[in-house]
Amino acid sequence: MATTVKIPIKDQNLVSSLQDFFKAMLRDGGINGLMVAQHLPTKNSVMPTLVTDPDKLDTADPLAPVFPINAAKVVSKLTRKPLGGKVAVVLRPCEIRAFIELVKLKQGRVDDVVLIGMDCLGAYSNVQYPDFAGDNGMEATLRFYRNIQEGKGTACDGFDVSPACKACEHPIPENADVLIGLVGVDLKDHLLAKANTPRGEELLENLGLSSTSEPEKRGKEIEKLVTERLSYRDQMFVETSEATADVGKLVSYLGNCVNCYNCRVACPVCYCKECVFLTDVFDHEPSQYLRWAKRKGILKMPTDTVFFHLTRIAHMSTACIGCGQCSNACPNNIPVMELFRTMAHYTQTAFDYVAGRSLEDDPPLSVFREDEFQEVVAKSH
Amino acid sequence: MSDFEPTIIAFVCNWCTYTAADLAGTSRLTQPPNVRMIRMMCTGMVDPKYVIKALLEGADAVLISGCHPGDCHYINGNLKARRRVKLLKEILPRFGFDQRRVKLTWIGASEGIDFANTMNELVAEVKELGPNEVRKQMVI
Repeated sequence: MATTVKIPIKDQNLVSSLQDFFKAMLRDGGINGLMVAQHLPTKNSVMPTLVTDPDKLDTADPLAPVFPINAAKVVSKLTRKPLGGKVAVVLRPCEIRAFIELVKLKQGRVDDVVLIGMDCLGAYSNVQYPDFAGDNGMEATLRFYRNIQEGKGTACDGFDVSPACKACEHPIPENADVLIGLVGVDLKDHLLAKANTPRGEELLENLGLSSTSEPEKRGKEIEKLVTERLSYRDQMFVETSEATADVGKLVSYLGNCVNCYNCRVACPVCYCKECVFLTDVFDHEPSQYLRWAKRKGILKMPTDTVFFHLTRIAHMSTACIGCGQCSNACPNNIPVMELFRTMAHYTQTAFDYVAGRSLEDDPPLSVFREDEFQEVVAKSH
Repeated sequence: MSDFEPTIIAFVCNWCTYTAADLAGTSRLTQPPNVRMIRMMCTGMVDPKYVIKALLEGADAVLISGCHPGDCHYINGNLKARRRVKLLKEILPRFGFDQRRVKLTWIGASEGIDFANTMNELVAEVKELGPNEVRKQMVI
């Protein structure tokens, strides 16, 4: 039976109560550090911070509805070699799932980290969040959750969470060591903390929190949330497939791409250390452009945009966890996430794979079997 | 019959299909001139982007051909290629490329006749299919 405890809510303040929990964890949880998103004085957003001093958690706010980076990328940096200590990392479900993909690609290790996952109700885009938050980020977080508790959903003050979050069927961090539960929990009184693994148990056991069990309505509310998101997701698949159904449509869908490669940089699972699109393979001879142009009398510049996106789909769509950072990073508002999630759904289904589900599932293109996919081999005569 | 002459790019492995092609040539078997062969050390090194690039540049079909399963000079490169072809056949048709424009075959070093027959059939099939849509579009 997994340990489930209550994180008490003081003064109806979710954010400060969580901070107290993290402080206690850093003091008594047997860890050397904690990585958690914080509001920083310089900028009106949150960024992951690696904290070793419990007094430096006063602006920690993993509930803020924004994540400017998929933190799997920084956890990968922390864990590519032995860390020399144990660090608890507070992540969204999509960040945990991305990290699991990176571990399978040998770009991170789970040995030195305890994964703390928060139920995720979604995030606003990087561009919208500062307007929503104004100059008091932590107050804005409370506003966001009050809105949800009042049954008004995630749309608040004319802003709403990003399409990636609306289409995300994984709001619960099932594969975290410690799950912090919000959905179906009486947030006026407490948050839920549940240890899913021995590592999680160890972290929670010395914090002196009173044990409880998952409220009955939690299961139903999760089911309702997932159903809503699946229906948004499936509609998105249909619309995106329609909008890119032939090459002409795909070209116009990606028409605003300027080869900035921000989507690739922001993508937590675009795993190549050196992207081929940055190598001299793509420093074409100037005369080559003229030859291309002559072929049809006109050449769109910059070149290689559709090629870039199709290659990225072939390379990483089986690892796509749908965090939507690609769309977040696009300067020209191309619905990148919609395209990649849709294609990822098809490629992952083809290999009976779900990215981020488990360390046990092999990435589809890293393995093969002798007798499989005979249907793609044509007969020779 | 139309006068459409397709362009077909073939990535063939050094050890089996290229050798079969050589045999077909030295045996003076008749083959269509539409197939442009690119010799790879193994089909296992055919990155999906090679196929995507060929199709985006206007190739009417792409053939990947290597050793029969169990015969790979590098033990299992052809089985890796098969997964990649599976992936491509999942992706490309969703953007309007007929899945018959990507083909994978196993042709062993001694199968010169099979090679010539396969090329003849492939060209006939692609002629039926007609030109790749991309030829009309401005894509790179």
